[in-house]
Amino acid sequence: MIAELGHYALVLALLIALVQTTVPLYGAARNDFSLMGVAQPAATAQFIAIAIAFGALTHAYVTSDFSVINVAENSHSLKPLLYKISGVWGNHEGSMILWVLILALFGFAVAQFGVHLPPTLKARVLSVQASIGVAFLGFILLTSNPFLRLDPAPIDGRDLNPLLQDPGLAFHPPMLYLGYVGFSMAFSFAVAALIEGRVDPAWARWVRPWTLAAWVALTAGITLGSWWAYYELGWGGWWYWDPVENASFMPWLSGTALLHSAIVVEKRDALKSWTILLAILTFALSLMGTFLVRSGVLTSVHAFAVDPERGLYILAILVLFVGGALIMFALRAPSMKLGGLFQPISREGGLIMNNLLLSVATATVFIGTLYPLFLDATTGQKVSVGPPFFNATFVPVMIPLVLLMAIGPMLAWKRGDLSAAMSRLWFAVALSFAIGIFVFWLHSDEPLAPVIGFALAGWLAGGTLKEFADRIGLFRDQLSKSLSKARRLPRSAYGMTMAHLGLSIFICGAVADSAWRTEVVINAKEKDKTSVAGFEAQLENVDRLEGPNYHLERATVIIRKNGEYVTRVFPERRFYPVQQMPTTEAAIHTTLLADIYVSLGEGSKGQGWTLRLWYNPLIPWIWAGCLIMVVGGLISLSDRRLRIGAPFKQAHKKVQENGLLEDA
Amino acid sequence: MRKLIYLGPLVFFMTTAVYFALPIIKGKDPRILPSAMIEKNIPDLDLPPLLETKPGIDNQALIGEIQLVNFFSSWCGPCRTEHDFLMRIGKSNIVPIYGINYKDKQKAAKKWLLDLGDPYERIGRDVDGRTAIDWGVYGVPETYLIDKQGRIQYRHVGPLSESIFKEKISPVIKVLRKQTNG
Repeated sequence: MIAELGHYALVLALLIALVQTTVPLYGAARNDFSLMGVAQPAATAQFIAIAIAFGALTHAYVTSDFSVINVAENSHSLKPLLYKISGVWGNHEGSMILWVLILALFGFAVAQFGVHLPPTLKARVLSVQASIGVAFLGFILLTSNPFLRLDPAPIDGRDLNPLLQDPGLAFHPPMLYLGYVGFSMAFSFAVAALIEGRVDPAWARWVRPWTLAAWVALTAGITLGSWWAYYELGWGGWWYWDPVENASFMPWLSGTALLHSAIVVEKRDALKSWTILLAILTFALSLMGTFLVRSGVLTSVHAFAVDPERGLYILAILVLFVGGALIMFALRAPSMKLGGLFQPISREGGLIMNNLLLSVATATVFIGTLYPLFLDATTGQKVSVGPPFFNATFVPVMIPLVLLMAIGPMLAWKRGDLSAAMSRLWFAVALSFAIGIFVFWLHSDEPLAPVIGFALAGWLAGGTLKEFADRIGLFRDQLSKSLSKARRLPRSAYGMTMAHLGLSIFICGAVADSAWRTEVVINAKEKDKTSVAGFEAQLENVDRLEGPNYHLERATVIIRKNGEYVTRVFPERRFYPVQQMPTTEAAIHTTLLADIYVSLGEGSKGQGWTLRLWYNPLIPWIWAGCLIMVVGGLISLSDRRLRIGAPFKQAHKKVQENGLLEDA
Repeated sequence: MRKLIYLGPLVFFMTTAVYFALPIIKGKDPRILPSAMIEKNIPDLDLPPLLETKPGIDNQALIGEIQLVNFFSSWCGPCRTEHDFLMRIGKSNIVPIYGINYKDKQKAAKKWLLDLGDPYERIGRDVDGRTAIDWGVYGVPETYLIDKQGRIQYRHVGPLSESIFKEKISPVIKVLRKQTNG
């Protein structure tokens, strides 16, 4: 009964979305306020209807209602409650429901919080947002309905893929979707602006918080996914340049570019058509990610159940929305007025370089990910593009970007003084050299790449800290004056400082791990010893135990350093009988400076077990850096100006204030 | 002219979309990697032995018997997952397995066989990976089924398992045995 209710709610949501697409759009064209007014309650009603459908599906999972096909195929009565719930989005149909739920949530949020939005813009934004909803609700109802029944109902379900039965992965998809789908908001604003034929600083001010929110969620989502791959797959690495990882990374890169170019529109009324294009492309890349995962055109460890019909449908949606938006772009963008002028050496110039480099970075990932597809279609040849390609192309683009990140924020708007900015960078240079020399001293016998990496991270941290210190007049004014300046600083300034510092910390982690990771593989019987990076590991014993829905072997490994006891870790190897699938649960001993990572392989008492040990230096810094970026984004998001979408006049004043601060 | 630039993104996007549509319309599954070598004679090879106790592999060794040729390396994780199954085939005498040790250090490969067991009839060393290129190896592990005449009959990319063996390889072996008997 409840499943049918969910099904009905989904149909209702589709009808509401149809109304929300058409009526406000027509109203905005006629300037009819009562018709435009339909958008707000419709957005709310659509969200509630989808929430009911989502709740109904969750209910079916929690109560293990195996008469619903979707539940029977992806759940099991013995599964722990958390994974019954996360199982809702651990499959194609359920994840699409989550997708439209988040889509409607963003529409609902704009309807509720966009009080200051001009009525025509608001009506058009909500209409475009609802049209995406129509497409995907139609997709669900026609090809991927999760509420279909099964008669007779099986006694038990087929269980969720054991790799997905993990707390990290329970929250990875919702975060990722918040990011992917969040960029739909930037897209809707861009298309609405193209319909209006007007882009101004106020527009950018309204777009930025949504883009920022999506960016924060996507950053968190990718981090969670990478963290999961690190500890669950048992391969010791944290990023594999897998097509599906790349599919989430591309919108992140272009979304980061969008965040920065929107600043230029907001502060200087320039770069308008470029920003619109970025907003369209960022969402296009998000949709492409959804398409690539579900159509099976690329090989990946992540692929959902592959179905050509679904693939074609999503591709049709992609072509309709992105193609349509790009046609409008081609028609409208040329007539957009050019905004404020500026010199090449200026904050705007710096942000343009940022956008260029991030676009090139996106393009390299795009080419590397899709090259096998293009080659197969044209010549029938099969190739796979792996980490060496990305290391050779992506990293060189990142180096100038990081160099620029320290300089850009120190340049003034309109016309910057490069030599003045450079003279303020002495601290960055000093920190960069100090760290570089320190790393060289630590590992002088090895290639120079990590030295360069750390020097870059030091440069970025130094430049970012100096910029912040100068802004509040630290060491120049009295401390009390600096503190009061710091209090008055907008939160977005803190956000930027934190996000850039987070990246610097991330770089340290990534560089250290790729340069100095050490790995040992042994076949160990009980009491056997080995050593990795100065630590001694001893396999104490291996127990056979029973989990809630799996069997497991759990090893006890004692870690010692110079004979002193450090810790005891318990790597596991699980076997899930329903899916006939083994998983590894690596044991990780983490300190601020490194992880000791132990993974238990196949084996037996007589033959011994395969034991893999890694010493992964600074890997916690990768997660810490990402977390700091997320927190920075959140702080920036809480900025009052973003929250209320302050009108343009005030914005103008702020520009002048910022300018004054920098001149001072 | 300037207006045409604004059409660029659209043209680029539509071209990409066509490439997305092609494999779906043609009904291709990218996970299937067909071998260009099927039904062809094995390429020339003459590989030195890995172990002192077992001979290496040359063309002569691969003719006259239905057999599996398995490319493996001690550094390859998936090879480890299939190893237990290879051990079982090796013990059961269903079909002999010839191992080609791909781009590996001799010491590491020996230790691997010592630790995990040796399922192979003969093992040859492909030190520079030249043989793998001749065979069109996509990545280790990879396994080929060779008939009595020394022709490649089936290729499997990735680790072998019981179910893959039963579904994909075993039926081909049966057909081949029938052909030669009848």
